[in-house]
Amino acid sequence: MKIHLPNSAFLGNIDPFIRGFDPSAPDSLEITANDKWISVHPAVLSMIAALGLTVKPDNINCQKFEAASRHYFVRMGLFKLLNIASDIAIKEHEPAGRFIPLTQVRTAAEQTRFITDMIPMLHVEPEQAQTLGYIFSELIRNVIEHAEAENGALLCAQYYKKSNSIRIGIADTGCGIKRTITRSHSAATDLDAIRLALMPGITGTTSKEGGTEQNAGAGLFFIKSIASVNRDFFMIYSGAGFYKLLKKNPGRSRRLNADPIIDRHTATSGMPIWPGTVVGVDITLDQTAEFSSLLDAIRDTYSSAIRERRQERHKKPRFS
Amino acid sequence: MRRIEIRARAGAFAENKDIARELRLREIISALEKNEDVVLDFAGVDATTQSFIHALISDLIRKYGNDVLDHIEFKSCNEHVRKIIGIVVDYMQEGAN
Repeated sequence: MKIHLPNSAFLGNIDPFIRGFDPSAPDSLEITANDKWISVHPAVLSMIAALGLTVKPDNINCQKFEAASRHYFVRMGLFKLLNIASDIAIKEHEPAGRFIPLTQVRTAAEQTRFITDMIPMLHVEPEQAQTLGYIFSELIRNVIEHAEAENGALLCAQYYKKSNSIRIGIADTGCGIKRTITRSHSAATDLDAIRLALMPGITGTTSKEGGTEQNAGAGLFFIKSIASVNRDFFMIYSGAGFYKLLKKNPGRSRRLNADPIIDRHTATSGMPIWPGTVVGVDITLDQTAEFSSLLDAIRDTYSSAIRERRQERHKKPRFS
Repeated sequence: MRRIEIRARAGAFAENKDIARELRLREIISALEKNEDVVLDFAGVDATTQSFIHALISDLIRKYGNDVLDHIEFKSCNEHVRKIIGIVVDYMQEGAN
């Protein structure tokens, strides 16, 4: 496998970075990087960490980082997590208020511990902490329950002072969304599976409306809704499928859509095949809508989506 | 009447679905089977997730029907917790109708 860290890769311009990923030769990983400056979204770091854990440390060939921003990758814990040597010297800082370094979460107990420790680390307002805790909780749980990922979830987050935003990335190298969703639903492509996974009330664990006792099929819909209401980016990449919720213009309504294809987005079925799932979310703190009003909007959209799907299955009278 | 304190079991951010499942299977269902009403006390719970509430109550609605809600009281819920419970109760009833 080969992956190149470009000068810049955030959710707005992450597409070329993903297109440049070479998934061939999965027993080794070659990491190269821009030699002037590297500035990337946490989802990119999570992806590299997740890939790196699938190969032996000896089989990771990481180019010497020359970029002025190279210390960032040490501080985020990339080399340590992958157990590869780095000669980049840094002065350790207390991470509180700025970032959550790369963290591996494999069990529900580790998830609870991570969320308990994470919320105070970001030093955000209680309302915002609740939104972030919600996002992490649902995304990690998806990996633990559905991904069958030996290495669990790899995640990290970064606060950006200039935009007053927090960017979150989580990646796994599990079975991917299509394999999970097609246990109960029909999806021809990875993108079809992503579309279904983003719809409220659809889960791979059952074809029944309302899900099972443990799964409702609502987690990703909630997270996409948080990004949509806040007019932020949301990205999901699994197999060859890629979906990106684009920022809404300030003038447009914050109405939620049950079908992600109706949202302003870009999508393709032609990305290099990611062996698992990657999610990236941006949360701009000063425009974070009240969680309460978000829940009102979700309640309306969710119920009507289920009602409409149920009506679609209703038998029609036959007239002759 | 069986009273279950959620904070003591699931913490101030009630998100662990395994705990929700345990509460449902071991305590809520056993009380309902004995014709006891259940009080789910959310005092001290600052936040929860839809997944947690779904794991806690969805199967009760599926198993016993909507009338089970006459035997469950959701106590001391803050606005967010109340709304998430409302979402789960709504979609479970929409799906069941």
